[in-house]
Amino acid sequence: MATVAEAPIQPAAPAVKPPQTFTFRVWRGDQSGGAYQDYQMQVDEGMVVLDVIHRLQATQANDLAVRWNCKAGKCGSCSAEINGKPRLMCMTRMDLFEAGQTITVSPIKTFPVIRDLVTDVSFNFERAKEVPAFKPKPPDADGKRRMYQEDIDRVQEFHKCIECFLCQNVCHVIRDHEDNKQSFAGPRLFVRLAALEMHPLDTNDRRELLKHKAGLGFCNITKCCSEVCPEHIHITDNAIIPLKERVVTEYYDPFAWIGRKLSGKDRRGGIVE
Amino acid sequence: MAEPYETHEYDVIVVGAGGAGLRAAVEASSEGAKTALVCKSLLGKAHTVMAEGGIAAALGNVWPEDNWKVHFRDTMRGGKMLNNWRMAQIHAQEAPDRVLELEEWGALFDRTKEGLILQRDFGGHRYARLAHVGDRTGLEMIRTLQQHAVHKGIDVFMEFNIQRLLKDGDKIAGAFGYWRESGTFALFKCKAVILATGGIGKAWKVTSNSWEYTGDGPAMALNAGAELIDMEMVQFHPTGMIWPPSVRGLLVTEGVRGDGGTLRNASGERFMFNYIPDFFRSETADNEPEADAWYTDKANNRRTPDLLPRDEVARAINSESKSGRGSPHGGVFLDIASRRPADYIQKRLPSMYHQFKELANVDITKEAMEIGPTCHYVMGGVRVDADTTATTVKGLFAAGEVAAGLHGANRLGGNSLSDLLVFGRRAGLHAAHYANGVASLPDVNPEEIDFSIQTMLKPFSGTGGENPYAIHADLQECMQQNVGLIRVEPELKTALDALQVLKQRLEKVTVVGGRAYNPGWHMALDLHNMLRVSECCTLAAIERKESRGGHTRDDYPMADPQWGKVNIVIRPKNGDLELSQEPLPEMPAELKELFEEAH
Repeated sequence: MATVAEAPIQPAAPAVKPPQTFTFRVWRGDQSGGAYQDYQMQVDEGMVVLDVIHRLQATQANDLAVRWNCKAGKCGSCSAEINGKPRLMCMTRMDLFEAGQTITVSPIKTFPVIRDLVTDVSFNFERAKEVPAFKPKPPDADGKRRMYQEDIDRVQEFHKCIECFLCQNVCHVIRDHEDNKQSFAGPRLFVRLAALEMHPLDTNDRRELLKHKAGLGFCNITKCCSEVCPEHIHITDNAIIPLKERVVTEYYDPFAWIGRKLSGKDRRGGIVE
Repeated sequence: MAEPYETHEYDVIVVGAGGAGLRAAVEASSEGAKTALVCKSLLGKAHTVMAEGGIAAALGNVWPEDNWKVHFRDTMRGGKMLNNWRMAQIHAQEAPDRVLELEEWGALFDRTKEGLILQRDFGGHRYARLAHVGDRTGLEMIRTLQQHAVHKGIDVFMEFNIQRLLKDGDKIAGAFGYWRESGTFALFKCKAVILATGGIGKAWKVTSNSWEYTGDGPAMALNAGAELIDMEMVQFHPTGMIWPPSVRGLLVTEGVRGDGGTLRNASGERFMFNYIPDFFRSETADNEPEADAWYTDKANNRRTPDLLPRDEVARAINSESKSGRGSPHGGVFLDIASRRPADYIQKRLPSMYHQFKELANVDITKEAMEIGPTCHYVMGGVRVDADTTATTVKGLFAAGEVAAGLHGANRLGGNSLSDLLVFGRRAGLHAAHYANGVASLPDVNPEEIDFSIQTMLKPFSGTGGENPYAIHADLQECMQQNVGLIRVEPELKTALDALQVLKQRLEKVTVVGGRAYNPGWHMALDLHNMLRVSECCTLAAIERKESRGGHTRDDYPMADPQWGKVNIVIRPKNGDLELSQEPLPEMPAELKELFEEAH
């Protein structure tokens, strides 16, 4: 084996830090309106914001509405705005904050509130239905499918998406302009489209969707989506910009599109992790 | 009662949208059945998304020697031969096709140099067998199935909680429940129901399971008259996070050991060499050089004891830490930092790297992880027919973790995702065939619906003042203390008494707030199911007076060949539960031979 770390075992003293108190200012309400409510919360060592929200739910506000599943940053259910910043509550450690500080927790802004911290994200599921499905080319002569790791690295980056919709939430095109939702699919769907378009086996044609219905042209590459992505997907550089280039070249040059689909390889630029 | 509810009509209702539910819905729909998928969370958030290591399937891409017979044998031995042999056979035979099918639907697994699906080592598997995507295989699987289902136009009812199965005479007639968002009710009239509700792990305190794992499937199946088996068989995954306390129980993939990680005690000793059971002695390396050589040369070396089946490893960890040789926070060390280069670790285990870095301030490329057992999976569940997944109630099918039999007394890592695909597909197929043979929608009994509505609304008029979260915390404490990894009869009986007290407290549960998206109310309702399955587990654990797989009795520490021949069956009887011992199905001679060959 190549170089490895040495002396991995360093038993630390099991010192438990004393609990600290924070004020949690949590938005409570529904479609008809609401307000922030303050709660005094005891916070133990190692807690994340979602732990505190659960403690609040168990002790002071049994009916506090919040979505969560995995509590490990894998399912993308617990998106919220913490002190105004869109984040996953399960991956936001309390030691980011100073003791005694007030922590504001509100629902993500771009989607309509259902109750408390839960929003109606059905927009994203409806938009996903419009994407033309994966359509693979025939397998190799022996019936097998061969793809090489270097040809799928980029698409695997897109497949890391946990659908937390934080990218949708911060995208100015829809965050500040509700009416744009009619004609703009948003970064999550661009990542999905890029994953399909750059899949080495795919043969389906999505140019019409890209050019018109998905509203790719609305994106003015401010990279807010890339910055907020908890999976660190390079949404703008690796998904949106290559798609924009593709629309320019292939919408007007069908032979370029056919050539790329037949070769099954994507040779455009971008950052590959 | 004039409480209104919506009515929907389908041929097949699938309850649960993890891997099994999605795969079942895809199949039922493609068989021409009008199908709806009903799930408690948003689509794509089910527990499958958390699966990390991979899907076990004897594709033979890395080790051409691998085939379904080897996989079958590994599965049966991993399950301490308590498995339903026919399910294990079907599973091993069909898993490769189900994995390749995911690729046809757009999944992108990590590749071998030849461009085929790469496979990784895992506990109890003789060859590197798990198709995977780094350590986020479940995400790839659920997203692929989700998108495929969406494109097939299957109706999905998200954030809907089914509370009761309805019958017309002896057969399924529908399902009833509530929308989480509004708290309003809906009736699904249907010919067949597929349960794909997952597990029961939320009844334990240290658990890798999410809020959804409340035993809804087994509890509703019992209510409908179906039988459960093997409910004592609960898997404690050996490697859960233990520090800081708020992340206790979060899963650390077996892939860490599959990719070269090793378990060490406080003095740095690789203690698993001291815990090799006779059952696996001939196939397990008894020295470090052989164990390390096995990763690259399986022909001339035996498997590292770090990759013994999960039940063995969990017991060993428990024993080390109980003997004072554990880590500072009561577990042991899992070390890959000293054994593999940092870039390899980051490439192979990106979400483990991320999880420890962000939640525990531990860089797993530089330091060892502290880990300990966590409640992870229930091998027991609804009794099903091996070929069709039919339960003992007409029109009711079950697939995935909610169904029992495939894994016997202990599940091998990687066999869960393949279980979901293989038996999810079969459930969809056979439920659709059954539904296609039923001429018209069965009748539902309005009194049953009224009863269900009254039961669901009762916590709102409760006056006892019991907090549902407090009851849940006490249930978790009770199961953790008394029905955990190591069991003894007095503690199991303590649990049984405590469960009765918790049931009485649940009668007094009082919910604050309204009906719209009220998690306190949802918890109050889920508690009925959790208490029911906890009782089943405890009763079966008292009954089985031996140690086998996920069931370890300190007062009966050995496996008993007589107990190895029976399942414990639980069926409803006059509102109570009846336990009986029933013989396992007899394995045919040609399969028995596989266990007699020299390894």
